[in-house]
Amino acid sequence: MARVIVDVMLKPEILDPQGRAVSGALARLGIDGVSDVRQGKRFEITLDGEVDADREAELERIAEELLSNPVIEDYTLRIEP
Amino acid sequence: MTARVGVVTFPGSLDDRDAARAVRLAGGKPVSLWHADADLHDVDAVVLPGGFSYGDYLRCGAIARFAPVMGSIIDRARSGMPVLGICNGFQILCEAHLLPGALTRNDHLHFICRDQRLRIENAQTAWTTSFTEGEEIVIPLKNGEGGYVADEATLDMLEAEGRVVARYLEVNPNGSRRDIAGITDPTGRIVGLMPHPEHAVEDLTGPSTDGLGFFTSALTALLR
Repeated sequence: MARVIVDVMLKPEILDPQGRAVSGALARLGIDGVSDVRQGKRFEITLDGEVDADREAELERIAEELLSNPVIEDYTLRIEP
Repeated sequence: MTARVGVVTFPGSLDDRDAARAVRLAGGKPVSLWHADADLHDVDAVVLPGGFSYGDYLRCGAIARFAPVMGSIIDRARSGMPVLGICNGFQILCEAHLLPGALTRNDHLHFICRDQRLRIENAQTAWTTSFTEGEEIVIPLKNGEGGYVADEATLDMLEAEGRVVARYLEVNPNGSRRDIAGITDPTGRIVGLMPHPEHAVEDLTGPSTDGLGFFTSALTALLR
């Protein structure tokens, strides 16, 4: 069994109103020194069996075509043994 | 011959009935299309209605894009079939890469519902010939993720090619770049619009009947 982690974040140039709201909440809680908050998504995908090169290519395709929208988001993918 | 205009129902679509009604009031024959059925039933054009397809899970329109019916619509759209995506439909068209850019969370984070004034910027698309360029209309707007974003090069291209179909007037309700309310593809046959023309087709229920023009335009385009 393998676990695949895909993190999806809005591209740096895209406004993140949710992150900005969290940043505002931190300020109201009296937390100092926070200059920015960006909010993203994390996918944990559990697979039967091991991840070979074909499977990894398929996962990359899924991350790019479904889990993220490359117009506004970047993703990183890593495989945990 | 009466033009057949398909209206897709996805799980979570809300405005499919109003869109079908608008097609009928404009003089067309509305044809219900089901998300899981790839058969387009000989329609001449398609409306992707508003709502929350597949619960808007993942991203708005991201899962709907892969519905069986969308495979057929994408193929036909690429060969010239007119398609209008309203609100969630606009989001689906962007996710399907039939239109550039994306729709993101309103910059103020609130769901917004108001009668919105727009300026028609391009009256030559398949869905806007009933209007004149520069005409101002008022139709309802209701969205939580309606902020239109694209990179500067794409925005410049849309402007240069006259592909901004409608722009918000008076207020920018959702943080859309350059006040963009709707855009079209290079052929002018695929249009995405965040506000809702199908809710402004009768005096009894709408703020105006300004929305009807989008549907009469398509029928005119199909008869041409």
